[in-house]
Amino acid sequence: MTTKIAPAPAAAPPAHSRRFSINLRQSGIYVAFALIVVLFAVLTDGALLQPQNISNIIVQNSYVLILAIGMILVIIGGHIDLSVGSTVALTGAICAVLTVQWGLPWPVAVLLTLLSGAMIGAAQGYWIAYFGIPAFIVTLAGMLVFRALTLTTLGNQGIGPFPDEIRSLSNGFTGGYLGNIGLGPLGGADLVSLLAGLAFVAGFALSQWRKRAARLGYHQTVEPMPVFVLKIVGVGVVVMAVVVQLARFRNLPWVLVLLAALALGYSLMAGNSVFGRHIYSIGGNLQAATLSGVKVKAVTFWVFVNMGALAALAGVIFAGRLNQAGPTAGMSFELDAIAAAFIGGAAVQGGVGKVVGAITGGLIMGVINNGMSLIGAPSERVMLVKGLVLLAAVAYDVWTKRRA
Amino acid sequence: MSDDILVMQGITKRFAGVTALHEVSLTVRRGEIHAICGENGAGKSTLMKVLSGVHPHGTYDGDILFEGEPCAFDGIRDSERRGIVIIHQELALCGQLSVAENLFLGNERSRRGFIDWNRTNHEAQALLDRVGLRENPTTPVNDLGVGKQQLVEIAKALSKEVRLLILDEPTAALNDDDSQHLLDLLDGLRNEGITSVIISHKLGEVTRIADTVTVLRDGRTIETLPAKGLSEERIISGMVGRDLEHRFPPRTPDIGEEVLRIEDWTVHSPAQPDRVVVDNATLSLRRGEIVGLAGLMGAGRTELAMSVFGRSYGVGISGRVVKDGREIDTRTVRGAIRHGLAYVSEDRKKYGLNLIEDVQRNVSAAALDKLANRGWVNENEEYTVAERFRKSMGIRTAAVSTPTGTLSGGNQQKVVLAKWMFTDPDVLILDEPTRGIDVGAKYEIYSIINDLAAQGRAVLVISSELPELLGLCDRVYALSEGRITGEVSREEATQERLMQYMTRGQS
Repeated sequence: MTTKIAPAPAAAPPAHSRRFSINLRQSGIYVAFALIVVLFAVLTDGALLQPQNISNIIVQNSYVLILAIGMILVIIGGHIDLSVGSTVALTGAICAVLTVQWGLPWPVAVLLTLLSGAMIGAAQGYWIAYFGIPAFIVTLAGMLVFRALTLTTLGNQGIGPFPDEIRSLSNGFTGGYLGNIGLGPLGGADLVSLLAGLAFVAGFALSQWRKRAARLGYHQTVEPMPVFVLKIVGVGVVVMAVVVQLARFRNLPWVLVLLAALALGYSLMAGNSVFGRHIYSIGGNLQAATLSGVKVKAVTFWVFVNMGALAALAGVIFAGRLNQAGPTAGMSFELDAIAAAFIGGAAVQGGVGKVVGAITGGLIMGVINNGMSLIGAPSERVMLVKGLVLLAAVAYDVWTKRRA
Repeated sequence: MSDDILVMQGITKRFAGVTALHEVSLTVRRGEIHAICGENGAGKSTLMKVLSGVHPHGTYDGDILFEGEPCAFDGIRDSERRGIVIIHQELALCGQLSVAENLFLGNERSRRGFIDWNRTNHEAQALLDRVGLRENPTTPVNDLGVGKQQLVEIAKALSKEVRLLILDEPTAALNDDDSQHLLDLLDGLRNEGITSVIISHKLGEVTRIADTVTVLRDGRTIETLPAKGLSEERIISGMVGRDLEHRFPPRTPDIGEEVLRIEDWTVHSPAQPDRVVVDNATLSLRRGEIVGLAGLMGAGRTELAMSVFGRSYGVGISGRVVKDGREIDTRTVRGAIRHGLAYVSEDRKKYGLNLIEDVQRNVSAAALDKLANRGWVNENEEYTVAERFRKSMGIRTAAVSTPTGTLSGGNQQKVVLAKWMFTDPDVLILDEPTRGIDVGAKYEIYSIINDLAAQGRAVLVISSELPELLGLCDRVYALSEGRITGEVSREEATQERLMQYMTRGQS
């Protein structure tokens, strides 16, 4: 009897080719975003990339992007939140009552609004996590309940106007603290904005470099140097191009600063914190997570608390932008946020997705909206295209998964 | 020749390199009750799946003759059309639907596309009368107990004009009264001329009701015997008479003092809170000791382990878990892990791994806090840990960034073991640690288990394969119907002896 030799790993593809194909799948969304931008830049004769238009795209989509950050975490955890549109309306109304009617100072009012959003999330999270009702049902109920509470609060009219500080959070721009600097043929541009952009790129490059060095220190595989440099340069060029255009217009929108901070913070949280990891493990395999000692209920609860707080932030920004809290605010925002998450690579069954992906998904829809309205397409056609893009994105995801 | 309703000849079935059935033959005479016996994994269910077309024609070698005609079933509908109906261990009923709707599911009594409710309920009533089930046909199936649901399944088979009825462990989930009723019913059907094939672990039932017994072992037909005058011991010797040529890595046990004792442990079924699944079980483990837990399917092995591990199974749990002389709180999984317990599930895909995540993240999943500083995970340390386990346990993968879903069964099992070793447990409960793993990988898993014991940990191995328990364990407990029915040391342990304990107390 011959000793059985363990079969060699059946023709495993070499590590580098596998790595590359994974990259292709994950980076598909960014490639698609780039193509869409180029497409509309051509279709609109460059109007899409004009300084004011770039600023508009960011400001107009900021609240959906904030919602998308919360939504991607909910979806990674294997749930859904249909109530965020109504939460945006209700928290906007709360903020209006606190500032306009009660005359509270704006920082207190904003803080209380965020807190009320968190409580809305906690209420829903309780039913979902501890009572075991599917999130779809709980948040569908929430969608109705919070809209009803908004109408109760506001009656049939809006409340406004908001204090200037809240308005500038939504609509305002950083001041030209250091004056302008000439950029040759591009004309004058705000120095602070440019420096901020450069600092961001430098910080990104440095952190990536340190991460790479640390991985090398642990003898891990890293991407080849040319790819690494190309990635840094690519991100740097895109960021600086956007910043230069913004600096030529009216400096950086405050909401962009806020978004950048949120994107950075939540990316780190999702990828590197114990809490973030637990969200992925719950969405990936609930039973395995439970049997590994993950506090499944608590994590689910806090994911919804977080979603509520972010929805409140979006509520403040949306109300501030319109300078009034209205009863119909936030209608169908939940669908935009959900679509952004799925276009950005989330999986319906949970466990998969990235914060940056969701933001990119939101921007894809924003660019389609903006670009199509620039070329004068009617709104029904915009809707049609957005629907098809959502379907195509998920179909691509399913297809690559099946091939793998 | 015409006496034989079914002849299966030379049936060979392979799954991805593993031969589940090897030249199996089975001959069933018309109008008899034919029992198929064998250990878990002997190939009984696979054989029945081949017969019923679940494994379609062409995926196996060999011939099936039903009523003298060769059969080539492409699916379960084909076999049902010929009158072969299989009732699986897990009942296939829609709980929300009524008894009558279930009886005619996929075979509706309808007129021009609309259900004829009068005819449906009327015919359902007739079928229920035939199986002796006094229930209204409009009752939802969920409102019935398991025993009655089993009868609904049989009534459903009768509605299809069954000629050969196959029952896979029909009484495993039933209490004594329901089992008795079911066996009486089979007896009655035999008088009506319906042939039955029954797969059962309960040898008492087999010897009482069957006319013929076929014993399978390791995917081969061992013998076919007339049931008349057949003793349970005779069947057992056929079931276990396997050569012990399995190779186990050598080991010198170094057994210390008691580390864990489970006392008077009683667990009830969450589905039927009045049914006792684990009955007053007491067992103990010592440092450096490998202890086996033997039991047939449904004996309550997994239920015992999971209920101890953070009450992950069961309701109405009572008893004590004592570690190092002190009672510990294992009511939550976190508590159990904190007290140094680890449980490796029998179903690694469902309960063990996050298949879409990579090896690295699975290895760290149960002890992420160890790699974290103020809630932030050090991914480089995590990588180092995963790399260390990949090398020390021989997890064959190109990199720890490979998703676990793409690994082979043996390597997946090593990842699960690595995950629990990283929690640094004092007691590991391994539930079917080598299920679905090829022979080479089994040896490696055994070596890992030996290493765990050599490190002074206590290991409780739950296994359906008796040779595995005999080759691996210092001591083996036998579990039957939730009760510990015996405890044997390595020296005293034989398969026959264990099998007697495992079937003890069963009707």
